[in-house]
Amino acid sequence: MDELTWYPIDTWIVVIGALSAVACALLGSFLVLRQMSMMGDAISHAVLPGLAIAFLVTGSRTSIAMFVGAAIVGVLTAVFTQWISQVGNVDRGASMGIVFTTLFAFGLVLIVRAADHVDLDPGCVLYGAIELTPLDIAWTLNTGGLTLGVPRAAIVLAGVLLINAAFVALLFKELRISSFDPALATTLGFNSTLMHYLLMTLVAVTTVASFEAVGSIIVIAMLIVPAATAHLLTDRLSVMVMLSALLAVVAAAGGHVAALLVPRWIGFESTSTSGMMAVVSGMLFLAAGVFAPRYGVLARVRKE
Amino acid sequence: MRSERLRGAFLAALACLFLAAGAHAAEAGESITDTSVDWPGWSGVWHVASLRDYNTRLVVVSTTLLGASCGMIGSFLLLRKRSLMGDALSHATLPGIALAFLFLVAAGGSGKSLPWLLAGAAFTGVLGFGAVLLVRNLTRIKDDAAMGIVLSVFFGAGVALLGMVQTMPEGSAAGLESFIYGKTASMVLSDFYLLVGVTGVATVFSVMLFKEFRLLCFDEAYAAAQGWPVHTLDALMLAFVTAVTVAGLQAVGLILIIAFLITPAAAARFWTERAATMLVLAALIGALSGWLGSSVSALFPRLPAGAIIVLVAAALFILSLLLGTARGVIRRTVRQGALRRKIARQHLLRAIYEILEPAQSGAPEIHNGFVDLDDVLRKRAWSAGELARQVARAERDDLVAERDGNRVRLSDAGFAEAARATRNHRLWEMYLINYADIAPTHVDRDADAVEHVLGEDLVNELELALEQRERERAMPRSPHRLAGG
Repeated sequence: MDELTWYPIDTWIVVIGALSAVACALLGSFLVLRQMSMMGDAISHAVLPGLAIAFLVTGSRTSIAMFVGAAIVGVLTAVFTQWISQVGNVDRGASMGIVFTTLFAFGLVLIVRAADHVDLDPGCVLYGAIELTPLDIAWTLNTGGLTLGVPRAAIVLAGVLLINAAFVALLFKELRISSFDPALATTLGFNSTLMHYLLMTLVAVTTVASFEAVGSIIVIAMLIVPAATAHLLTDRLSVMVMLSALLAVVAAAGGHVAALLVPRWIGFESTSTSGMMAVVSGMLFLAAGVFAPRYGVLARVRKE
Repeated sequence: MRSERLRGAFLAALACLFLAAGAHAAEAGESITDTSVDWPGWSGVWHVASLRDYNTRLVVVSTTLLGASCGMIGSFLLLRKRSLMGDALSHATLPGIALAFLFLVAAGGSGKSLPWLLAGAAFTGVLGFGAVLLVRNLTRIKDDAAMGIVLSVFFGAGVALLGMVQTMPEGSAAGLESFIYGKTASMVLSDFYLLVGVTGVATVFSVMLFKEFRLLCFDEAYAAAQGWPVHTLDALMLAFVTAVTVAGLQAVGLILIIAFLITPAAAARFWTERAATMLVLAALIGALSGWLGSSVSALFPRLPAGAIIVLVAAALFILSLLLGTARGVIRRTVRQGALRRKIARQHLLRAIYEILEPAQSGAPEIHNGFVDLDDVLRKRAWSAGELARQVARAERDDLVAERDGNRVRLSDAGFAEAARATRNHRLWEMYLINYADIAPTHVDRDADAVEHVLGEDLVNELELALEQRERERAMPRSPHRLAGG
């Protein structure tokens, strides 16, 4: 087995993965507490028609149009889900399932019409191509003879991360109360429905921004798994949010290293970083589930 | 209420706009990508509908069967509020497919043996389902997050494994992709036999175990207390879900099989309150969407069959949501309107009666007479317009006999109805005061048939209490004025 060689490109992959993972993890805590974890999954599938329509309308693959189209459909997914479960009195899980499968199917039909001539690959949407993102340099920094090309994905994701961090920091109190007790939030005079849709909008925006770069599998995993892991480790929401961000960084870095290392042990070249990031975050969850000081399985067995 | 309806209307308009934009976009797209649709003639439609073509026959029959059995098994999932379990399960099959492929290649095969790939899929699917149950039962993590964790981690593992498989020099892994998006249009006879076998077995068994599954869905604790093997039944149900999911992976694809498990069942729920009827309906709706969807995609070969089937199922769902005879939106709106009118009528009559009462206090019996509408307005939180509407409606129903400017007099029937409504209302109030601890389960919301619900003895007792209370003024006052002043 030869040594692991680490190129600058690997650093960028980890940075981009970590930026998107932290952006997701910041929102994840609130999704997990509101029992809406599957929303990330639903939105990331449902944005397909948004991408297709944006392409068909503008006729180009410019990111802005795609981004707007997908974000609008992402928010609509949340709206339709809420609407069907209220108007039709349907279980929320079921209504989520109906909405996102229908939108996905609609998107597939549109994409098949468009994709004959253009590379708009559903597989790319699902798996992402994080390994290729560092090649798309948007901005070159020149600091004292050292040239540093900053990939476009890193800039976009850093922006989304900043927005999410500002949202969580500024509205922390409101988010906390409306997550734990929406009725109390309403009596105290802030609109928990508005909070819900703000959160959903940010989930949609984050999903869209992330999967262009890193694939929706990372988004789904990072929205849920770090937050759930942190939920096993603490009872304080502020600690939970920060812990989940930290866990997301660990999963991103560990995922890329694992993607380079693990396949070599069994005789392969390397594998998808996105998939491995999800796997590493799963391993972290497993460890927390077993060893967590209060809520882990071991601690509870010992108590009994 | 009103703002909610307005919002509904707004959303509906938005949806239309969105769909219109989609249609427009599709038109615009033609100039760019030149995807003109060839409309088939009647002979083409007949050709597909009569299943002349061998390939069409295979596809149409198998998607119909799959729709029927998914609809049925999905009903159990819906009733257990586990609809998204199909989602988690179908994503969890991916690593199994990749692993099976790896092992087959390691064993010297080509890696494309369908039964083995499906066995691998079923294996990790069951593993994923088990992991969801474990996480939910052993930690403080809730259902939804448990499903999300399993879904993303298993799917991530699958993506990572596929990433390795694709770098293998021997045996291309290209065909594995078809598990994700489905390859409905290119089904072969062996796929068909497999599908028929699996869906047939799952369907027959879930019909045989219907009674047990129904109890498990509605009252798991009761089933356990009755000594039924709840865990075994749960595992069996899971086995059937896995079986149809894995069998359906090829037909409609990994993501779209989720729709087959959820949508027909949710649509059927609008038509009935009975589990057995719901099961049959869900099977029919699933079969219909499979048949229609695959027929349409046979007519328009450019359209992906799996997606069309899902869209047909979604259309049937929307129809059911609106028209369903048990829980449909239109039916519920009509019913709620009728109830609201009935309550408003009772309010009007009772207000009139309670205005007549103090005017004749001391008399052995209250007599009908003229009532000033301004007094009614003071008694109820109605606007003048609302009151005028209610009075006009009461006139139409022959409850109001005469109208003299701003004064009205009830008809005999109206007065009798008013006396009855007032009496029932007060009896219920008395009952709630005296028996507050058991009341919630015994209160009939429209206060109509006290005797039917409470029994004669109790009603007599309440009437006595009511009379006594009117004599003793020391009792705490009810929020409504009970009698005279």
